[in-house]
Amino acid sequence: MSKREKQAIGQQILAAFRAAGAQEVAPDLLLPAETLLDLYGEDIRARAYVTQDPIRGEMMLRPDFTVPVVQMHMQNGAEPARYCYLGEVFRKQDHGETRPEHPRDNEYLQAGFELFARDPDADAEVFALFHSVLKPLGLQASMGDMDLLMDAVRALPLSGARRAALLHHIWRPRRFAKALARFAAPAEARSFPESGAPWTGLRSPAEMQARIDRLRSDAAEAPLPPQWVERLERLFAIQAPAPEALRQLRGLAAEIPDIAEAVDRLERNLAALSARGIDVSQVHFDASHGRHTMEYYDGMTFSFAAAGREDWPPVASGGRYDALAAVLGQAQGRSIPAVGGIIRPGLVHELGGPVLGKSA
Amino acid sequence: MIRLGVPSKGRLMEQTFDWFAERGVRLSRAGSDREYAGRVEGAENVALVLLSAGEIPRELQAGRIHLGVTGTDLIREKLAGWRSHVEELAPMGFGHADLILAVPACWRDCESLDDFATIARDFRAEHGFRLRIATKYHRLVRAWLSAEEVADYQLVDSQGATEGTVANLTAEAIADITSSGETLRANHLKVIEGAPILRSQATLLRSVAAGDAAEVREFAARLGL
Repeated sequence: MSKREKQAIGQQILAAFRAAGAQEVAPDLLLPAETLLDLYGEDIRARAYVTQDPIRGEMMLRPDFTVPVVQMHMQNGAEPARYCYLGEVFRKQDHGETRPEHPRDNEYLQAGFELFARDPDADAEVFALFHSVLKPLGLQASMGDMDLLMDAVRALPLSGARRAALLHHIWRPRRFAKALARFAAPAEARSFPESGAPWTGLRSPAEMQARIDRLRSDAAEAPLPPQWVERLERLFAIQAPAPEALRQLRGLAAEIPDIAEAVDRLERNLAALSARGIDVSQVHFDASHGRHTMEYYDGMTFSFAAAGREDWPPVASGGRYDALAAVLGQAQGRSIPAVGGIIRPGLVHELGGPVLGKSA
Repeated sequence: MIRLGVPSKGRLMEQTFDWFAERGVRLSRAGSDREYAGRVEGAENVALVLLSAGEIPRELQAGRIHLGVTGTDLIREKLAGWRSHVEELAPMGFGHADLILAVPACWRDCESLDDFATIARDFRAEHGFRLRIATKYHRLVRAWLSAEEVADYQLVDSQGATEGTVANLTAEAIADITSSGETLRANHLKVIEGAPILRSQATLLRSVAAGDAAEVREFAARLGL
């Protein structure tokens, strides 16, 4: 398959992003590994190419554009800012137990668009842009909202420690379900028998004591009433065309008032998409959509997938990631409103589709 | 000619020789103990290749040997997509070892993997970096922890004396092969309860790439497989 053709498709997408007001940026191919490892953990080590530089230390072949673009914006960007880029990302494809017949590429192009703005219309702007660029391909658009889920978890009548544990595990569905089940059952007092072993390792006795104290006070907690578990499960399971999902969410907001604000925002977003000529009844809303994505998304998430290609990653994906700047630590702990996404020109090429609606 | 790869020293070699002898094929080293050439009696067209157990997965994948004896742990760790490269013909009933996750025995609040996941989260918040697990089984440990949805950890490479890393403050936990647990106890470590990451034992494997399947099957049939 021709690299040049994929590059040409990427350039077309880039032209559309530029026409939408974005400034083109070109982040480095070699990125300091530490930041990425700290952010993504071992998942990225398994997938990224790490190499050693005698002066700069551990470096990584760019596995993703978002982090370098956010860092660049934090250093010298003013809001609002729109950036676009086109370039290779590198990912190892570990085959697990069986080598697939058609392994995915280890290096492939990403064309991306990132918007940093406090504008409430930003979600709709980005989604609509991707929608218009991809329109000729007839892909299935899906959408979710992590903020909606997190607001619902914050609304649970639980202790701060229990709530923090659930919020932490929201991207790990089974661990989340397990914790929720445990909080819904009467707490069991645990004993912590003396081990007789000498202290060893960096974790201190004080850290262990703090956790033991937390577990002891947790044992005094009343179980979470079953109706809350049931409400949360109902919310997480919502999957429907966007207008129908909105109707269901409205119903749930009567029982979980704390999600009303997020539901209002979704309604405004959908209205803004309709105003841009998008038929939102064709957009699939999946409340748990963002739970299967990278951990940094904390608002709207979206993806565009090719029908009948279930073994493919989405052709395009993205979302809102306000908290990322704070996590990256160069913004003095403040978050920067940001939303963006990427398209994989290689997959667009494999679909052999006519590419790009307007502005190509 | 079928090339049979067998670990070149120690108990694993002796037990492999015994296993084949019980099935009527006598393997032996040619000449002195230091010579890595072997002899096969009781089977035609089979050549013995003595190799380090760690190299056998790679030799099987490359097809330079038709059959090989090595631990399941090494096959699964070293060969990505191992089922596409080798066929497991027989577990051999020796060389048993479990790949386990172990933490300091003094951690009274850590019994299960759930405890471990929470401790990892607390540790990261307290120390500003991810809890370190020392291991040489990177792929197996990572895949297992990912399937168990444990985050907030990092792997640090340790090719030997892994049990010592916790006392040396270069790791907070270890993932390693153990058979008796003796070394763990001596280093004040305990195993996280529940099923191990992997139960390993010596296994006879067939290389997919080496071909000559009919000839290999004939030999396997002779071994009663």
